[in-house]
Amino acid sequence: MLETANRQFFGVLIITRREVRDQLRDWRIIFPIVILTLFFPGLMNFTAQRAVSFVQRYGAPIVGDRLIPFLLLIVGFFPISVSLVIALESFVGEKERLSIEPLLSSPLSDWQIYLGKLFAALVPPLLTSYLGITVYLIGVYKQVGWSPPTILLVQVILLTLMQALVMVSGAVVVSTQATSVRSANLLASFIIIPMALLIQGEAIIMFWARYSALWWVIIGEIFIAGLLVRTGIAHFNREELLGRELDTLNLGWMFQEFKRGFLGDAQNPIKWYKDEVGGALQVLRSPVLIIAIAFMVALWIGMQQAKIFVLPVELLNWKNLSQGFIQGINEYHFFTVSNVGSVWLHNLRAVALATVLGIFSFGVLGIIVLLVPVMLIGYFMASLANAGLPPQTFLTALVLPHGILEIPAIILAGAAILRLGATLAAPAQDKTIGEAWLHSFADWMKIMIGLVLPLFLGAAVLEVFVTPRIAMWLLSGY
Amino acid sequence: MIVTQDLAKQFDDFWAVDGINLKVGAGQVLALLGPNGAGKTTTIRMLTSILRPTRGEAIVAGFDVVKQPEKVRAAVGVLTEQHGLYGRMPAFEYLDFFGQLYGIDPARRHERIKRLLEDFGLSDYRARRISEYSKGMRQKLALARALLHNPPVLLLDEPTSAMDPESAHLVRTAIRELRSASRAVIICTHNLAEAEELADQIAIIRLGKIIASGTPEALKMSLLGPVEYEVRLGSALNGFELNLPSQANLRIRGENWFRFQTSYPATVNPLILRDLLDHGLSVVGLQEIPRSLEQVYMNVINSSLESPELHA
Repeated sequence: MLETANRQFFGVLIITRREVRDQLRDWRIIFPIVILTLFFPGLMNFTAQRAVSFVQRYGAPIVGDRLIPFLLLIVGFFPISVSLVIALESFVGEKERLSIEPLLSSPLSDWQIYLGKLFAALVPPLLTSYLGITVYLIGVYKQVGWSPPTILLVQVILLTLMQALVMVSGAVVVSTQATSVRSANLLASFIIIPMALLIQGEAIIMFWARYSALWWVIIGEIFIAGLLVRTGIAHFNREELLGRELDTLNLGWMFQEFKRGFLGDAQNPIKWYKDEVGGALQVLRSPVLIIAIAFMVALWIGMQQAKIFVLPVELLNWKNLSQGFIQGINEYHFFTVSNVGSVWLHNLRAVALATVLGIFSFGVLGIIVLLVPVMLIGYFMASLANAGLPPQTFLTALVLPHGILEIPAIILAGAAILRLGATLAAPAQDKTIGEAWLHSFADWMKIMIGLVLPLFLGAAVLEVFVTPRIAMWLLSGY
Repeated sequence: MIVTQDLAKQFDDFWAVDGINLKVGAGQVLALLGPNGAGKTTTIRMLTSILRPTRGEAIVAGFDVVKQPEKVRAAVGVLTEQHGLYGRMPAFEYLDFFGQLYGIDPARRHERIKRLLEDFGLSDYRARRISEYSKGMRQKLALARALLHNPPVLLLDEPTSAMDPESAHLVRTAIRELRSASRAVIICTHNLAEAEELADQIAIIRLGKIIASGTPEALKMSLLGPVEYEVRLGSALNGFELNLPSQANLRIRGENWFRFQTSYPATVNPLILRDLLDHGLSVVGLQEIPRSLEQVYMNVINSSLESPELHA
């Protein structure tokens, strides 16, 4: 068993070794690596020294203190940006150079070829990056006597590794699906833009000096990188790689595929509802379970936050709370049909946002958007309980009346979004990645039109006409 | 060694290969002929387990191309239509890389690489980057790569294209030797003389279907009719009435020559010669008219263009 695993991993290393050697023969890769390893850290040292002496003159040494670790992150990041270029052309470049077919004809399995190329794109830029960090640290120690705390150094090393892995795994996915290097470069914006946002987020944390938050970033990056690697392996297809030649967007074909997935064999709306929506619901069993568990976890996380972020006592005066609520209902003329539309549209906007985010994050960000209100409910319930007030009254008065419909709608919407996002990470038997996604999108649409929208509409009616009355009745006693 | 049954491949609405049946035994060479886009490369790719057949099955070296793709690929040596060489690598390193992929142990690998480079006249260039190689040298190196792991099945797509006559001769000799070593070989080629020289069997493919197949001789017989002979006389025929046996068919006659076809030359040719001599005509020569595979090929392709179902 171990011997087989070793032999298989050796196959991966054969590919990696060849690719790395090939890179080291290309001056277009060597040149930026040398610059970013030897000259760029020196430039950052100079910047750090100048910045520290400048801000000290104006009595703001904290800016210098925060700038040095931030530059450490940047020194690590710049060389790994080269990995994006290498990874982007790893498969499609070979295809364009017509050298891929002998490799695909070799007895290596798909995952061996995939991982071999992935490691090859990762290793040289990463080593360069660590070398750059070392050069920077030596320089900054000599110039201003700064050395990083061990934990921070570990975090920066891990962040650099995970950033490289996320970029490379994403770029290799693009490379296996693109038909030309040009199209791969165009698609690279799907990696560059999220990475730029991520680096900005990390920069904020660095300047804020809440270094413990970096662990969450590292965990998130591990998760995304894992999903991207899985996506890449799941959709690596020798046939697609050799066979696909054109990049045309065939809207007619897309519409027909979607229509086939959406309508199925249904002859009338009742049969569609029974067979197609019912069928889509069957497929959602596991995602529904996951979302239901995530729902409980979100509630628990919200409750835990109540211990950390304690609300002021005067805010948790039950009499003020209930009177303020009743007064609000009367002032805002709550019981109107137009409010039903507003509440319904608000929920639909949230689902639309969650879907868009879910598509680009394997469903993860979409679920977070849907579960934020659940966290807030948990937080408020726990805050009330901590203040000695009855959280069940709050729940019964303000959440449960319309929640009877809204909570199942959120769970179903979350499950459909999770499945839609996760389609990209799951292998599609006998389907291209596009076909699999379009069919998943059709399932998402069936769940939305067949179940989520009507449930949200019902919930909006309850929220406007029933919940306030129950709340007034329950809360007026206090 | 290679058996396909109703092998077919569809791309979108287009059937690139549509129900091909092939059988190539050990020690045999099959030449797959056909115009560009006929489905030859798609067939080769299915036999290498790179493309998954839409229909039918194929067994290569005892392994199923769908169920055992890695075993199939390990048993097959492929010379692809494009050489697929890495320009920045030296030849020795390139072959060493593929030798590792095929799991050949280092000592055997190095010995085999050395031998192949010598056989193909590339020893002196072993350390030179492939980008510096000529087209012919690249083709030879690609062929060396296909032979590196000593595969029982060889699939060669245009093995001598871009080669000078000397190199092409060298490669053809190598392929002949490979056949004697009990391998099954499929060659896709546009070079009909080469196909005739090397192949035991010919299959002509057009629009994804095999429209004619058999040994070169059988194809010539079935498509061009019986063998044609030419008789040259020492004097003019001058209105002499040729009295050919019933098994011979006069094709054409000139002033002092004529041609006939027969399926029974052993019986017919002596009778014709005796008749001519008995009538005092001196015979200068009797020879078989050579018929090329090109005639067969053109005949088949033209027939299929006129009547697509004729040979299907």
